[in-house]
Amino acid sequence: MLTYLVRRIAQIVPTLLVASVLIFGLQQLLPGDPAMVLAGEERDPAVIAHLRETMHLDKPLPVQYVYWLNGVLHGNLGESQRAQLPVTTLIAQKLPVTIELACLALVIAIAIGIPAGVIAAVRHNTPWDYGANVVALWGLSTPNFWLGIMLILLFSVTLGWLPASGYVSPFDDLRENLAAMIMPAFVLGNAIAAVLMRHTRSAMLQVLSSEYVRTARAKGVPERGVILKHALRNALIPIITLGALEFGTLLSGAVLTEQVFTIPGFGKLIVDAVFNRDYAVVQGVVLFTATAYIVLNLLADIAYAVANPRIRYG
Amino acid sequence: MLRRLSPLAVLAAFSMLASVAHAQTLRIGLAEDPDVLDPTLARTFVGRIVFAAMCDKLVDIDDKLGIVPQLATSWQWSPDQKSLTMKLRPGVLFQDGEKMDAAAVKYSIERHKTMAGSNRRGELAPVTSVDVVDPLTVRLNLSAPFAPLLAQLADRAGMIVSPKAATAEGDKFGTHPVCAGPFKFVERVAQDRIVLERFKDYWDKDSIHFDKIVYTPIPDSTVRLANLRSGQLDFVERLAASDVAKVKADPKLKLSKITEIGYQGITINVGKSEESQKNPLGRDPRVREAFELSLDRDGIVQVVMDGEADPGNQWVAPSNPFYAKNVPIPKRNVARAKELLKEAGVTNPSFTLMTATTADAQRIAQVVQAMAREAGFDVKIQSTEFATSLDMADKGQFDAYVLAWSGRADPDGNIYSFDACKQPLNYAGYCKPEVDDILKRSRTTGDIAERKKLFGELAAIVLKDRPIVYLYHRHWLWAYTSKLTGLRTIPDGLVRVQDLRFQ
Repeated sequence: MLTYLVRRIAQIVPTLLVASVLIFGLQQLLPGDPAMVLAGEERDPAVIAHLRETMHLDKPLPVQYVYWLNGVLHGNLGESQRAQLPVTTLIAQKLPVTIELACLALVIAIAIGIPAGVIAAVRHNTPWDYGANVVALWGLSTPNFWLGIMLILLFSVTLGWLPASGYVSPFDDLRENLAAMIMPAFVLGNAIAAVLMRHTRSAMLQVLSSEYVRTARAKGVPERGVILKHALRNALIPIITLGALEFGTLLSGAVLTEQVFTIPGFGKLIVDAVFNRDYAVVQGVVLFTATAYIVLNLLADIAYAVANPRIRYG
Repeated sequence: MLRRLSPLAVLAAFSMLASVAHAQTLRIGLAEDPDVLDPTLARTFVGRIVFAAMCDKLVDIDDKLGIVPQLATSWQWSPDQKSLTMKLRPGVLFQDGEKMDAAAVKYSIERHKTMAGSNRRGELAPVTSVDVVDPLTVRLNLSAPFAPLLAQLADRAGMIVSPKAATAEGDKFGTHPVCAGPFKFVERVAQDRIVLERFKDYWDKDSIHFDKIVYTPIPDSTVRLANLRSGQLDFVERLAASDVAKVKADPKLKLSKITEIGYQGITINVGKSEESQKNPLGRDPRVREAFELSLDRDGIVQVVMDGEADPGNQWVAPSNPFYAKNVPIPKRNVARAKELLKEAGVTNPSFTLMTATTADAQRIAQVVQAMAREAGFDVKIQSTEFATSLDMADKGQFDAYVLAWSGRADPDGNIYSFDACKQPLNYAGYCKPEVDDILKRSRTTGDIAERKKLFGELAAIVLKDRPIVYLYHRHWLWAYTSKLTGLRTIPDGLVRVQDLRFQ
């Protein structure tokens, strides 16, 4: 296990290096001159020239990359040209928001998706199964922005129970924080719950028809024990992978949902940065997200071993 | 014991309630997140809304676009129009307690002119030096007469910053701006909120009735309105025209509208690149005239803006004092358009109309396409993400481009950079010596009647050459709680916080 861990961690370094080249290179393919966009409406040539200089845009590409990489290795992701704040500050401001939203969304997704999937598999081809499938299909096919606006209209405008949008830090006021987060978390969780439900269902169906489940039943293990201990535990492996991937996606920002609920998270940050051609922010946030993704994948691998002791690495 | 304490507790509760009731906050929903809050570096329209509460200017504009005193109480041009002497308001303090005086004005204008990356340098280009005549008198010396200067000083170029804070913070001043306006900066969380609090030593403090202003950027106009309706906001700017009926029907809300000082138009590539000569639209003014005659501006305004715009054919709206009455809005005339195309020898000209991906720009393109088709034009719509479209426009890789301008108080700001040869915003690539000459003369005369005459001459030439086909001037739509009173509608679309209060 330890050798495996060391080997996996060693693999991260070249992966990140390749990712950094990709992030930097792909961004260069974006059409449009960032200095021109950032120069605002007037587009004063002197301002454009100044921006090009401060962003090192006047240097050849490899030199720009080295400047950036050097900064990154020293913990400096550069400075947002629009907000004039260090990218690390922006990430520090947005990350807790995004993590909270992602966690809440995942909790909602798991709370709905896994039980629904188990029920659908156990009660295979019954109205329970069909009902769960219909709900899943609904969750998958409802666009986030539409569901978001509908929830706002119902719970904020009509009923007045929840704030329509905005964000309050949980350290300032936990109640208001949850009130502001519940709708966006539900919108995000709803879509993931549907995916989780479908995967749990198919994994459970497969496991339930396997021989060891038959053996467990033959040994007289109660049905509850068969499902929860023997079947679900084995079925969890693909679900953990999926959950980790979905969590990674959530961390990279739920663009539309954040936009609708005006949650100041990663999604809004990166979309605004792309449209404003704020290169340092795009690079910094994508690199950060890529790192988070890689780490989450590693954690998922470790979780496999914990969930299923039969798996032995190296 | 409890009984004896209770009157005290009641009193305490009352005083707390009283202080809560007194501490009033105005919550404003913005359509975008402003850029850096440094008047020298700032580049966006939305940022100017925040500056209006934070940074006073030497002068301001009123609802008729007239120049009125703010930090300067009076001003005088020299006989040769090459220097402007301004008397400053006595006893004005910056939000850090420093004195606002002639030295501070000199410092701020020099900062605008010399700071690396300054966006004000162009606006103040004719100012060669600033003299401190006495502590409350300052003189701006110009290289040549420059009529739009006062209008520039009514915007960010006229904002005076605290020299002490600006020196200490350097290029990070925008993270802790200190000005001489009614509200001082407290905090900003990017894309989340900007918080200002009342500056107790503001020179005009009796006109201020709020203790705090919180600006929240909410890009989606539907969500912005939902926040207003659910009571999370008190005011939203740039309401969508399609939501006007909803706001009017709601007794808890009020609506204000102002015709913008900017415009929406179609820029035509008449000489930006070789591409302009490959297309009949760029090559032949008769084809451009036919194109304009194929358009029904009232129809465009109805379809695109739900009627919430003034149709227009010039760089200023027909209601503007500088509108050239000698060139009125042409009526749609498809028959004449077809004749013109015949004369030009191109009965079915085809061109590409580039638009940004915003809903308004897309709708304009679609309506224009349908209208121009009736005259024989084959318009292809090319929706392009904004930064890309800007880049293509700058390189001259377009035939026609739907482009808006937020406008400046002086008409010069709406025309010079667009129509004078080789100017940065001249995407059309238009260049005519006689136009340059009129534009220069309109800058050097301070006489309003003379300037109006010059703009009339300009309109007669430029509107015939049509580097830009102007379509309409949007209404700034504001929706706010009906409790709010004292709102002034100034055509620059910025919210003046003076006299605002809850009933």
